[in-house]
Amino acid sequence: MMTETPPRDWTPVLAIKDLRIQIGGLDVVDGVSLTAGRGRILAVVGESGCGKSLTALSILRLLPKAARIAGGRIELEGMDLAHLSEKDLEDIRGNQASIIFQEPIASLNPLMRVGAQVEEALRLHRGLSHAEAQREALAMLASVGIPDPQNRARQYPFELSGGMCQRVMIAAALICRPRLLIADEPTTALDVTIQAQILDLMKRLRDEVGTSIIIITHDMGVVAEMADDVAVMYGGRVVERGPVDTIFAAPAHPYTYLLLATVPRLDGRRKSTLRTIEGIVPGVDQWPQGCRFRSRCPLATDVCARRPSLDPVDAIGHAAACWHKDRLREIA
Amino acid sequence: MTNPGSPLLSVRDLKIHFPIRGSQGGVVKAVDGISFDIPSGRTVALVGESGCGKSTTAYGIIGLEPVTSGSIQFEGREIAHLDKQSRRALATDIQIVFQDPSAALNPKMAIGDSIGEPLVIQGWRRDKRKQRVRELLDLVGLPEAYAERTPNALSGGQRQRVVIARALALSPKLLVLDEPVSALDVSIRSQILNLLMQLQKELGLSYLFISHDLSVVRHLADDVIVMYLGTVVEEGGAEALFEAPQHPYTQALISAIPLPDPKAQRSRERIILKGDLPSPLNPPTGCPFVGRCPIRIEPCGNIRPSLQPVASGTRAACLVRAPVPLAA
Repeated sequence: MMTETPPRDWTPVLAIKDLRIQIGGLDVVDGVSLTAGRGRILAVVGESGCGKSLTALSILRLLPKAARIAGGRIELEGMDLAHLSEKDLEDIRGNQASIIFQEPIASLNPLMRVGAQVEEALRLHRGLSHAEAQREALAMLASVGIPDPQNRARQYPFELSGGMCQRVMIAAALICRPRLLIADEPTTALDVTIQAQILDLMKRLRDEVGTSIIIITHDMGVVAEMADDVAVMYGGRVVERGPVDTIFAAPAHPYTYLLLATVPRLDGRRKSTLRTIEGIVPGVDQWPQGCRFRSRCPLATDVCARRPSLDPVDAIGHAAACWHKDRLREIA
Repeated sequence: MTNPGSPLLSVRDLKIHFPIRGSQGGVVKAVDGISFDIPSGRTVALVGESGCGKSTTAYGIIGLEPVTSGSIQFEGREIAHLDKQSRRALATDIQIVFQDPSAALNPKMAIGDSIGEPLVIQGWRRDKRKQRVRELLDLVGLPEAYAERTPNALSGGQRQRVVIARALALSPKLLVLDEPVSALDVSIRSQILNLLMQLQKELGLSYLFISHDLSVVRHLADDVIVMYLGTVVEEGGAEALFEAPQHPYTQALISAIPLPDPKAQRSRERIILKGDLPSPLNPPTGCPFVGRCPIRIEPCGNIRPSLQPVASGTRAACLVRAPVPLAA
């Protein structure tokens, strides 16, 4: 495709600033700030209910009806998407920024041939003729690894496997060469050998097109495989962020540390008792005051009743929201 | 009743085929001639991707899918084709835990009643039932007071504990665990895995563990059976199979799991398979893996390989890695 490698640096393509999302008056996303650098992959990791998917959906204002953006800014190359009109947003979706979801089969139109679904964005945003759009769509389908694209393009989603459908979704999302791709658990519904193909494909397209990617996942393996930068969410807040190597090698937040320690590893000691995180993820109406992890945190003290800010740990972008960063070795 | 040393469960040449209705006809060979043993007190894992037949195998064993042919012996007794009454009696020995605890519990029934239901079916008296339910709640680490609650008052992990308690109500010898932690949050999974390991130790249970998550399988299983398109492509002790997998599919499967360690992950050599699983309606004639195999040779398209021992200590069905020894 391209001969030159597109740039990868800290120029923010997307900058989310102090985002708040409310459902029924509750702050389900509470002051989240994230930055996706040019050509970089940011992984947002956390468990169900941590607000990662709502954050992802809010970027292109695709939140469910019950949820609303209650504050903050969502800047795509300086333009605030949080306050854009619906009409202006339509120019951006699928054009400058795209999103792919966990269930490809549910995200594709079942009554539309897959080729036409890939062409749609081109015709909408670029005003290409049918023949031109078709040519580009076929090339895109080939480049995401769909064998025999001419024939596949004429098929309907039900005729394709889950992995194939996810490739079609990615082709449709990337056809206009967006600056930003949001991938919400893109491989959770897929088998591992197919997951490996899709993750590989996303990285290759990032390298060729230079798209910044935000990947939402609960899988620390996927984070390690994909991310340049990581944001760990708990209770609707970012509790830790930093470069991927730092987050895995030297986590500063007890939640991140424990999340990494609970997962059985291919190189761990078999049959050993696994580390656990006590308790359960509390419901949105049951989050404690102050640090929201404190009801499960082995290091919690009285000071945790006050909300810790996301303070820098070092000078290269590692930050954690914890009063007891210096005591982490006690739980190691 | 078992002879010492003989397996608790023994599956031989099991086939579960589903006829396709309609003019096209045909048959889906969901499970196509697999054999394995579950020794007493051990954990045997069935692994593979969707459509490989691992869950169908489990359902065949507990009688939820009709067995087409082959033998399933429990403590030496044939159970592949039981009538309703004998199947019900067997429920005291074999129980299953499903993936989604929310779907496995009646939302309107109190937890204690759910756990006690198998006891009702087996004709236990009320006071004995209550006593047993208390024991079971304690066994799975839930407070006694939970007996009065309904499932919606519990978290996913707590519900799975309830399902496990119910499965243990009749003191079975074999527990079939069908993706028991896949629907749970990451921070909850290790609690349930620890519980399963602890229960096995305390009660001497045997597990048939179905999972697509190989990291979990490596942690829990003694023996591992890798399935692809209804057949076994490799089997062996967990240690050997993960240390030195021989079948190219096993190798690809293990290498496809991203390690939660970015540095190690970057330096790792990975095998990325081309293509999808073939349709089970129209499987390849030779080796089932031939269409995606990076090391296939000419005969693989025609000859179906059988499981042969390999030097690493596993048994693999692969003409290249585990050739059939020439007859003397």
